[in-house]
Amino acid sequence: KQWDKCLKQDCPFQWQRKERMFLEGEKIACRSSQDSYCFFSRQTFEKLLIANRGEIACRVIKTCKKMGIRTVAIHSDVDANAVHVKMADEAVCVGPAPTSKSYLNMDAIMEVIKKTRAQAVHPGYGFLSENKEFARRLASEGVTFIGPDTHAIQAMGDKIESKLLAKNAKVNTIPGFDGVVKDADEAVRIAREIGYPVMIKASAGGGGKGMRIAWDDEETREGFRFSSQEAASSFGDDRLLIEKFIDNPRHIEIQVLADKHGNALWLNERECSIQRRNQKVVEEAPSTFLDPETRRAMGEQAVALAKAVKYSSAGTVEFLVDSSKNFYFLEMNTRLQVEHPVTECITGLDLVQEMIRVAKGYPLRHKQTDIPINGWAVECRVYAEDPYKSFGLPSIGKLSQYQEPLHVPSVRVDSGIQQGSDISIYYDPMISKLITYGSNRAEALKRMEEALDNYVIRGVAHNISLLREVIVHPRFVQGDISTKFLPEVYPDGFKGHKLTDLERRELLATAASLYVAEQLRSQRFLGTARIPVAKSKRSSWELSVRLGDGIYPVAVSKDGSSFSPCLVSQQVEVDGMKLNVTSEWNLASPLLSVTVDGTQRTIQRLSRNASGDTNIQFLGTVYKLQILTKVAAELSKYMPEKAAEDTSSILRSPMPGAVVAVSVNPGDTVSEGQEICVIEAMKMQNSMIAAKTGKVKAVHCKAGDTVGEGDLLVELE
Amino acid sequence: KEQKDFVRKVSAGCRISFFLSFAAVKYRDWLSCGRGKLTARERILLLLDPDSFDEYDMFVEHRCSDFGMDSNKNKYPGDSVVTGRGRINGRLAYVFSQDFTVFGGSLSGAHAQKICKVMDQAAMVGAPVIGLNDSGGARIQEGVESLAGYADIFLRNVLCSGVVPQISLIMGPCAGGAVYSPALTDFTFMVKDTSYLFITGPDVVKSVTNEDVTQEQLGGAKTHTAVSGVAHRAFENDIDALLNLREFFNYLPLSNRDPAPVCECHDPSDRLVPELDTVVPVESTKAYDMLDIIHSIADEREFFEIMPSYARNIVVGFARMNGRTVGIVGNQPKVASGCLDINSSVKGARFVRFCDAFNIPLITFVDVPGFLPGTAQEYGGIIRHGAKLLFAFAEATVPKITIITRKAYGGAYDVMSSKHLRGDANYAWPTAEVAVMGAKGAVQIIFRGKEANAEAEYVDKFANPFPAAMRGFVDDIIQPSTTRVRICHDLDVLASKTQSSPWKKHANIPL
Repeated sequence: KQWDKCLKQDCPFQWQRKERMFLEGEKIACRSSQDSYCFFSRQTFEKLLIANRGEIACRVIKTCKKMGIRTVAIHSDVDANAVHVKMADEAVCVGPAPTSKSYLNMDAIMEVIKKTRAQAVHPGYGFLSENKEFARRLASEGVTFIGPDTHAIQAMGDKIESKLLAKNAKVNTIPGFDGVVKDADEAVRIAREIGYPVMIKASAGGGGKGMRIAWDDEETREGFRFSSQEAASSFGDDRLLIEKFIDNPRHIEIQVLADKHGNALWLNERECSIQRRNQKVVEEAPSTFLDPETRRAMGEQAVALAKAVKYSSAGTVEFLVDSSKNFYFLEMNTRLQVEHPVTECITGLDLVQEMIRVAKGYPLRHKQTDIPINGWAVECRVYAEDPYKSFGLPSIGKLSQYQEPLHVPSVRVDSGIQQGSDISIYYDPMISKLITYGSNRAEALKRMEEALDNYVIRGVAHNISLLREVIVHPRFVQGDISTKFLPEVYPDGFKGHKLTDLERRELLATAASLYVAEQLRSQRFLGTARIPVAKSKRSSWELSVRLGDGIYPVAVSKDGSSFSPCLVSQQVEVDGMKLNVTSEWNLASPLLSVTVDGTQRTIQRLSRNASGDTNIQFLGTVYKLQILTKVAAELSKYMPEKAAEDTSSILRSPMPGAVVAVSVNPGDTVSEGQEICVIEAMKMQNSMIAAKTGKVKAVHCKAGDTVGEGDLLVELE
Repeated sequence: KEQKDFVRKVSAGCRISFFLSFAAVKYRDWLSCGRGKLTARERILLLLDPDSFDEYDMFVEHRCSDFGMDSNKNKYPGDSVVTGRGRINGRLAYVFSQDFTVFGGSLSGAHAQKICKVMDQAAMVGAPVIGLNDSGGARIQEGVESLAGYADIFLRNVLCSGVVPQISLIMGPCAGGAVYSPALTDFTFMVKDTSYLFITGPDVVKSVTNEDVTQEQLGGAKTHTAVSGVAHRAFENDIDALLNLREFFNYLPLSNRDPAPVCECHDPSDRLVPELDTVVPVESTKAYDMLDIIHSIADEREFFEIMPSYARNIVVGFARMNGRTVGIVGNQPKVASGCLDINSSVKGARFVRFCDAFNIPLITFVDVPGFLPGTAQEYGGIIRHGAKLLFAFAEATVPKITIITRKAYGGAYDVMSSKHLRGDANYAWPTAEVAVMGAKGAVQIIFRGKEANAEAEYVDKFANPFPAAMRGFVDDIIQPSTTRVRICHDLDVLASKTQSSPWKKHANIPL
């Protein structure tokens, strides 16, 4: 047996045997059994290059380490200190910061592959992961691409071809009819064939224009009448489009895993309906919506599709599911998905490891019956962005403090950054993927709440407030979600957590108690003083706390005899109600645990200053408070109001980014709503418009400039 | 009726003083649209711990009998200043607060006498003096007596200098002779929009130099914190200023007989700071923010910066390390590459001397490409002013810890608390480059541009901390993440440091 050699007592790599025991069929010797420093089995790749950055690169490297594969990281010059670069055995710079010159620079990457003699390339997601040209070039160099072959990438990359393939593989596609409909009866016949509800519109009309939804025969006739009239009159084209209307669609996808020997498995579904601007925010597995039959039907169709394109490696088949559990094929992603960890959590598989095995040519080692659903997993994508601006506009900066909530049980954090890392404008602003799991959904969600509260991110704006609101929203908790969840629940945009009266009192009491603890500590000097420090005999404080537009009187008094700044048990009176606040304040810790009337909460104090301004993250949302003594608060009414800046005549950049174009010059007259310049940030172009009509006084940017959030762009007179 | 009384009192002052005419009009404005300022006693109330104020000389009245001043309606008990002592977070402080409602806070003989009394007491006891300035200037009716009063205060400012900390908070107009008392104290803070400091007001400026200038432009908080460097920091309003002053006071020892105060601290002294390992960019020409480093090593990321908007190429201020107050000096690569120029040298020198006078250990972060060249600097006397910083660091006998984060070039290397100037612990990060100058310039001089590979060779030889470490000019090359631990350990040891300089009446710093 291969293992015999390593059983000697002083083998420094003994622990690795355990890691590798389950790689049955791929005999790997312990490194210590060889003279050389590193020995790698012929049975897997010796060296693998990760053509990606950030968390996914780190994720792949972790599995490679487990499998004993040497890793090569590539990076751009601004990423020289990135975590994935440090984790990899080797790292090579492939170019400057813009992705087109670095992570998408195939020539440079091929060069690195040749130089480092990497045998395989894992593309992660994004960048070159679904680029058939890249896969082809790798193949021609004899380097294994960890993913499907070029044929599958091409077939699935083409919207029309993939639909056709799916149809042929008997996968449900959105049923529809496109052509001339003779009369209303025929329309009804077609509609019945498709199944209600249906959407009727003129084929020539673009988008949702003139779209009518019919739920029964009567409505179909009506819809036919209007649409055919419109088709003839407006477009001079009689053709009508009758298509299945998918109400309240959910986005549910099936993870598939296939090998090069024609075997394929489905690894259950992921529910990814919570999206903003077509980007997923919260994902979970399994879905609350699917029953075992639907799940099996979806899984079998997904596998059928995978087999039809001779798919190998891990892939994802995306479906839209309507309210009556009909599902329709949307597209297939021929790569590892961002949200793969939730599937890993419930199935116990390491998808990256399976991908590498499959790429090496091994058959799958699981049968469909081996694939369990163990418990529930939820993933939140933590982004560096401001959720108060259209559910998330990118934010950049240095992570001055960063602490992952790994002390919370059953939490997995996939991240590629650390304290001190820069979130730059060049790449995706994702900070991490936060995954929690539990034996059931409620447990997983509860842990997610706790994990979000315990997540310390300072220096950049982040979307934790939004995530936390979503996962506790009654609709989400019930599983009543769709891709329109965010705009439906927050029609006026996300505004942060709305405090109930009880929560407001808790927040005020906590803040006041923290303030008193701080005040008490500032009177404690160590060592003996030449002039003795006067001991304060105060046992009660009358404070005035400003929160939002309200000013609340808060009285804090000591409770019981034991009283030190560190262990505070206080009675706080807010709105005439008494609350007991107990906490062991550690004023240096970013996380503060406090119990208010028996409710334990973790809060974060983001900042404080001598003027009484305190920012507290409470229930995920950051609240600005100003805490003053009653005396100071009473006197502050005499303080002059500082005039606010007139924002209509100046245009500031709402986010960091690059100026793409400036369409005005000084002296030009602009009208209200006219485009002044365009700013590109993280793949998004934003048009900046004039807030009022006027003459341009000065232009402070030019095309190609990099601007920060709040930078002055243009001044109007 | 009360309000009428106010106005009457103020307009009495108005008739008297040139500065007052402006101030009184202003004051009426405040009365009509929210005062914008607090009264002298309200200020004391906010500054000191509750019920800790003991007032002196409440019954003192002015002694002027000319111009009808001896009439009863012109006599106010206590005159135009409130003086006394009290506690700030339990620690003793002497305070005077000028009362603008009495003759515009103008300085009479009695007023000066009251201030001198608290200053004398403070010096004897060894406790700081805090002045809340809000005065129209000299009381003209009293003539030379008022001037004598100023001089008495100035003398005490000078005698107290280096004995007890003196802080001035300018909370209203402060003009003419009055400005010199704040200028003599250790720290001058201002309140935005309501305080002014100038030798002569805009009207006189107009008549003498024909310059059109507003109060704010001439001597407002912005001018003095950003342009002239007269004031050390400005605050939003009276309350903000007083609350910040309380916080600031906690950093200071009570006198030169006391060690730097140590507060209870929850931040572990052995905390590693991993982000420091990547804070210095790979390219040596790229800037970074020295404040990031300072915040991350200081207790609870708290740093009370002094002169944050003046000569921003050097950062100075107070922080705590394991609870103990330290003075931090750092070159700021983000502004003018962190070079030393006239303003930054003077800013740094004054701060270093304050710390040395009051036993506050100094921590210096060095990333300095050298002194700023050019005619503007040379004509301005950069040699003379740069020497001040050199002098200050050299004469300082408090614990001195220096960390070279990146560049330490030329004479600026010597100046920035180097080993040669009695540095106690001098460390270099692996990114440090200790050399006479940058590679490009050096190669041009050595090889006159003839050697192709010379630059690489020079970089190899000098753009690293080893030459300095081999000679013992830096004590160790440390992993940046361990900086906080090293500093805290050193400070513990150096707390008992004693060092003396040869006897002298006083040194002759190149002023």
